[in-house]
Amino acid sequence: MGKTLFEKVWESHVIGTLSNGQTQLLIDTHLVHEVTSPQAFGMLRDLGLKVAYPHRTFATVDHIVPTDSQVEPFADPLAAAMIAELRKNAVEFGITYFDLSSGKQGIVHVVGPEQGITQPGTTIACGDSHTATHGAFGAIAFGIGTTQVRDILATQTMALGKMKVRRINVDGRLRPGVYAKDVILHIIRLLGANGGIGYAYEYGGSVFDAFTMEERMTVCNMSIEGGARCGYVNPDEKTFEYLKGRPYSPKGDDWEATVAKWRAAASDADAKYDDVVNIKAEDIPPTVTWGVSPDQAVAVTEKVPAVESGATPAAQVSIKEALEYMKLEGGAPIKGTKIDVAFIGSCTNGRLSDFREVAKFIKGRHVAKGVKAIVVPGSQIVAKLAENEGLDKVFNDAGFEWRGAGCSMCLAMNPDKLVGDQLCASSSNRNFKGRQGSPTGRTILMSPVMVAAAAITGSIADAREVFGMSA
Amino acid sequence: MALAKVTQVAGTGVYVPGSDIDTDRIIPARFMKCVTFDGLGEYAFYDVRYDKDGKLKGHPLDDPRFKGAGILLSGSNFGCGSSREHAPQALYRFGIRAVIAESFAEIFFGNCTTLGIPCVVASGTDIRMLAAEIERNPQLEVTVDVAAGRVSFEDQDFPISVPDTAREALTTGQWDPIAGLLENKEAVHQRMTALGWV
Repeated sequence: MGKTLFEKVWESHVIGTLSNGQTQLLIDTHLVHEVTSPQAFGMLRDLGLKVAYPHRTFATVDHIVPTDSQVEPFADPLAAAMIAELRKNAVEFGITYFDLSSGKQGIVHVVGPEQGITQPGTTIACGDSHTATHGAFGAIAFGIGTTQVRDILATQTMALGKMKVRRINVDGRLRPGVYAKDVILHIIRLLGANGGIGYAYEYGGSVFDAFTMEERMTVCNMSIEGGARCGYVNPDEKTFEYLKGRPYSPKGDDWEATVAKWRAAASDADAKYDDVVNIKAEDIPPTVTWGVSPDQAVAVTEKVPAVESGATPAAQVSIKEALEYMKLEGGAPIKGTKIDVAFIGSCTNGRLSDFREVAKFIKGRHVAKGVKAIVVPGSQIVAKLAENEGLDKVFNDAGFEWRGAGCSMCLAMNPDKLVGDQLCASSSNRNFKGRQGSPTGRTILMSPVMVAAAAITGSIADAREVFGMSA
Repeated sequence: MALAKVTQVAGTGVYVPGSDIDTDRIIPARFMKCVTFDGLGEYAFYDVRYDKDGKLKGHPLDDPRFKGAGILLSGSNFGCGSSREHAPQALYRFGIRAVIAESFAEIFFGNCTTLGIPCVVASGTDIRMLAAEIERNPQLEVTVDVAAGRVSFEDQDFPISVPDTAREALTTGQWDPIAGLLENKEAVHQRMTALGWV
C-alpha cells in the first residue's frame, strides 16, 4: 500500500510519543513575525532557555508595518515597540531576520518561498494560521499558537495529533475569468468553514497540475478558512524549477540529490486517503463572499441567500446575522453592490502574477469616483520585480495607490483600515466581522481581477463582462 | 514543572450563541499590538460588547446576571480563523476556565489545551438546554467533568467528548508540553543530523 506525502513527512519527523499520547514532531523550518512571537521569547527568558537551532528559525516583520511610508520612526508607538522587540530578540537569540532595510522583508508566507526557505517534504510552522501557504511546495505547514512558538524555539519540536488526509481533485479546465482564488472559495463553499477540521487537505487533479506555484500558494493559503490546518500540493517539476537558484535552495551537487529526495516525498499513486472529494473545474464560477464567514459565498451571477433558504433554524439565524451585518438584502443580486474600498494584496493574492494579471485589464481604465483602491505587494522583492516591469505605473495611472510591502488591510494592524461601515472588495482571505480594522467594516472576498472590476465600476461586478473576457 | 490537574471545572455559565465565532471576534487584531498577554482580558469580544462610543451594547458577557461566569457555552466551529493565542489568553484573563461548544477550530483548541483551558464538545441540543437553565437561574453551578466526560448541574447531566490526548494532558497536569519536549534532546539532535540540518 502506498503512502500520502502527509504520511511520509509525518513519519520522517516523529521523534516520539509524549505522555499524553500526542506526537512529538520535529519542525524543520520555523517562521516568525512580530505579532505572535514577543511573548514566546519572553517565555524562553522566564524559563532560562535558548533557541535550540537558531539557524532553522527565520523572522520578518509584516503585520504592523505601514505601507504608505516605511521610513522609521513609525507614527504608531505600539508598532515601533513591536518591531524593536523583534529586532532585539533576533539579535539576542541569533536568528535570521529580514528587516525593512534588507530589501527582503515582506509577508512571512511570501518571503519563505521566494528565499527558497520553503522546501518540499519538510515540516514548517509559524505563529500564523496562513502557514498552509507553504504546502504549495509539498511541505506540511501549519499555524501554531504562541506557546508552541516557544516550544519550537526551545526544542525544534512541538506536540501534535496526527491528522487525516482528504484528497480534493479538481479536474478539467477552468473557464475564462476563473482563478485560483475562485477554486479555493468554491471548495470552502462546498465543504464549509468547518469541513476540514481534523484533516490535512491534499489538492490535486489536472487543474493543480496546470497551476503555477503562485496559484497553488493561493489555494493552500486558505485551507484554514475551510477548517483544515494544513493543505498541500504534491511537488513536481514546476516546484523544483521555482526553487532552483533561490538563496536558501540547495546548491551544486546537493541540488540533484535533494530534488530526488523531494520527488520521493510526493504521494504514491496507490496512496489511500481518508476521504476524497471530486470537483469539476467547469463548475467553478467567479466566486464572491456575501457574509461574515468565508463559506458564505455565491457565484457573482447569483443572488445573496434569503433567510428562509437556511436549512435549519440555526442556519437561518446565521444568514440573518450575516445579512444584517453586511447590510445586504436576502434574495437580491450581489452584483451591483456599491463598494467604498478595493484592496489587492495579502499572503493570498499579493504576488507578482496577481499584479501582472490585473495590470493586463486595467490599462486605459480608471478607478471609479469615490472608491479608494490600494495595491500592496507581498514583499519588497515582489514590489521591486513589479516596479521593474512598470506595473506600479499601470496601477497609479488607473487610480490605484501602489504601496510598500506588508499584510496591510487584510487584518488592518497597520494604518490601512476601513472606516465606519465601508464595504471593501478584497483579495484577502477573511470576511470576519471587523476584520479590516473597523468594528462595522464590511468585506467581500474575491480574486484580484474581480477586485479590479469592482474598483473600476464602483460596485461588485462580473469581471468577465467588465473586461470583455470571452466565456 | 508542577501544573494543576484540570479534572473538573466548576462555576456559573454564560451562553454566547452563534456558529463560526472567530478569533478576530474574540480578540480584535488592534489589541494584539502588545508584547505581553497581560491586560487582554478587558478586550475579550470587545467589538460585539461595545459600540463606537465605548458604550456597552448588552452582550451576554456584560449581563450582570452572568458576571463572574467561568464556563462559556457556544455553537459550532468556535475559535475559527487566526492562530492568535491572544484569543484564549483574553478569555482566560476575562475569567473563562472552560468552553462547551458543538465543535472547535483546531488551532484554537490546541492553544486552549496548552493553557489548561478545557474545550469540550456537546450536542447543540444539550448546550441549548443548559443555556435555557442558566437563563432561568444564572447562579446555577455547572461542573465540567473532564475526567468523566460529563457536564452536570443540579440533578441533570449530559455527555461531552474530549479527545484522549487533551483529556490525558489536562487531568494529569501535563497540559503544557514543554517539559516532555525538552526530554528528548538527543533524539532531536540525531534526527536534525539525519535530515541534514546540522
